[in-house]
Amino acid sequence: MIVVDLRDLGLDRGGHLLVKRALGRSAAGDAVAVRGSAPGLAVDLKAWCRSQGHEVEADDGGWKVRRSATADGRWRRAEATGDPSAVVDDAPAHWGLAARGATVEAGAPAFDFPLHTRDAIWADEAAALYAQAAAAQWDPATAIPWQTPIDLPDEVEDAIVQILTYLIENETAALVVPARFAAQVHPHFREVMQLLAIQAADEARHIEVFTRRALLRRSRLALSTVGGQASLKTLVDEADFALASFLLSVLGEGSFLNLLRFLHEHAPDPVTQAVMRLTAQDEARHVAFGIAHLTRHVEADPGFLTRLASAVERRHDALAETAGLNEEVFDALVLLAAGAWQPEAIERGWDAVQTLQRAMEDGRRQRLVRIGFAADAAAALSALHTRNFM
Amino acid sequence: MSEALVMGAVAYDPKVVTIWDGFQRWFAEHDFAFDYVLYSNYERLVEAHFHGDVDLAWNSPLAWLQAERIADRAGRRAEAIAMRNTDCDLTSVIVARSDSGIESAADLRGKTVAVGAADSPQGTLIPLGHLAEAGLEPDSDFTVRRFDVLLGKHGDHVGGERDAAKALVRGEVDAACMIDFNHYFFGKEGTLPSGSTRILAQTGEYDHCNFTVLDDAPADSIQRFRELLLSMSYDDPQVRPLLDLEGLKQWEPGRTEKYALLAQAIDRFGTIDEFVARVAESAK
Ligand SMILES: [Fe+2]
Ligand SMILES: [Fe+2]
Repeated sequence: MIVVDLRDLGLDRGGHLLVKRALGRSAAGDAVAVRGSAPGLAVDLKAWCRSQGHEVEADDGGWKVRRSATADGRWRRAEATGDPSAVVDDAPAHWGLAARGATVEAGAPAFDFPLHTRDAIWADEAAALYAQAAAAQWDPATAIPWQTPIDLPDEVEDAIVQILTYLIENETAALVVPARFAAQVHPHFREVMQLLAIQAADEARHIEVFTRRALLRRSRLALSTVGGQASLKTLVDEADFALASFLLSVLGEGSFLNLLRFLHEHAPDPVTQAVMRLTAQDEARHVAFGIAHLTRHVEADPGFLTRLASAVERRHDALAETAGLNEEVFDALVLLAAGAWQPEAIERGWDAVQTLQRAMEDGRRQRLVRIGFAADAAAALSALHTRNFM
Repeated sequence: MSEALVMGAVAYDPKVVTIWDGFQRWFAEHDFAFDYVLYSNYERLVEAHFHGDVDLAWNSPLAWLQAERIADRAGRRAEAIAMRNTDCDLTSVIVARSDSGIESAADLRGKTVAVGAADSPQGTLIPLGHLAEAGLEPDSDFTVRRFDVLLGKHGDHVGGERDAAKALVRGEVDAACMIDFNHYFFGKEGTLPSGSTRILAQTGEYDHCNFTVLDDAPADSIQRFRELLLSMSYDDPQVRPLLDLEGLKQWEPGRTEKYALLAQAIDRFGTIDEFVARVAESAK
């Protein structure tokens, strides 16, 4: 028989741990001898045993505690939530929030995580992309030379503020979409959930630095158009994860990558330049994840390409009557690339923006081909992409 | 709906709804029609039981004695059919601060003793009965300070005992009464800081709640209800959360011999005499 001597340790100071440990090492129905001199031990031991279902009797100056058969009941039909290093095809609702590789008590409440199948969300690259994102987090306070004096001609500064105003509303859409889906992913697929969360955090930072740069020399932001917001609304309203991710990451953020690189190249001041360099770096990861999981999705279900194509067509039709890219933004891009008001300079700027649009077009086509579209289908779909870029 | 067995219980806490809704579902899955009615206090429940409004009652020990005595007087018969394993062989303790110089129950003469609700068996009636048996008459040999949280609920709410324990720690009273489990629990949650108190006395053993039926209960359905109840297993993930909420591991057959201490206390204090007489009159 196991003997536990609590000495002067009472159950009011953790003594039950020793009793529990001894009972855990004995078979149900076997007795454990408990000794101890703490005042109140007799009362507390009996009360504790009763609440646990264990039997207790006084014995030879101490007590004999018999382990209850119900002591193991809680874990008898418990279930492992898969392997910590591998994901299952379909994660059950009752695994809930439990860690992957944990043991869950039977009867746990079912959580409603709509994105619970491997095919719908998983990409093997998620863990690596998350790790990369976590390592690449930058501090807006120190990563950007905010103290550098900026003294641009008024019209150039206005152009910058207009572009930033446009970028901010696009970044906001890019935050809202992954944030919403992060909460729909079954936590079993934690790398995807983490990646979406850090993606939302990236966008939060982008919103911050764009806003801060815009307010360096101005007290207000610039214009937001119906066409721009209508385009973004179709993204925010897309309820299907794969389709939203396709429209946002593969097509939208992909195009934004070209735009941010363009702005980096033509930035008239070091603050704007740093802001564009750092945000582009983050966007590249967002695009990579979208491509990775959609490629997997299409491999598993080639018919999925049709759904992707019709999502682009639907969005094109929905936006057919809207103005597309804010004209103020377009003109601001030209002015920025021109750098001056001479007609030759403006022509140079115009050409640069044409080149940007072709680069965006090429990039979209290449990414569509990566996912699995044939070259001609990719070209046709790319042409239908929103004129708002995102 | 009409042939469902209807149980009456007291709503001492919102979780009561979760518990009985859960049991109702479990009974339904075992092809047994069960329903419940909640009362705000045990007196209302006992009276309703004798008026035939419910088929059985989930009674506190005091409500059980009320039912048993009313039945006696009215020429009826009450029976306890089942109870929780955690309601068997309870005791209460009387506790003082360790630095107070109060060493035993006898030292409480002339002092102030905190108790729970006036109708609480474990927090008030049984410990006061214990002191009275030891020669200390409440309200004459010592002052009683009552912490009446939710009267009519027979001390089911832990608040009265906790308030009494807090008053002891604050030095407002010289001793406090509580059920043995609360002595453990108040120590664990920090209400009674470890080492700050000493147990002066422990009462004899008593039992707590039971399912009470009267002689006119539908025998077959009661029989089935009891069978199903006793078959509930802590291993069953569907029923385990309900057992956890209701604070038991296993339902046990009812027994009534361990209500003697409470019976003795209420005889001494006349706690339920008036109520029993009134309801017995209308139950004849
Ligand atoms: Fe962004
Ligand atoms: Fe992004």
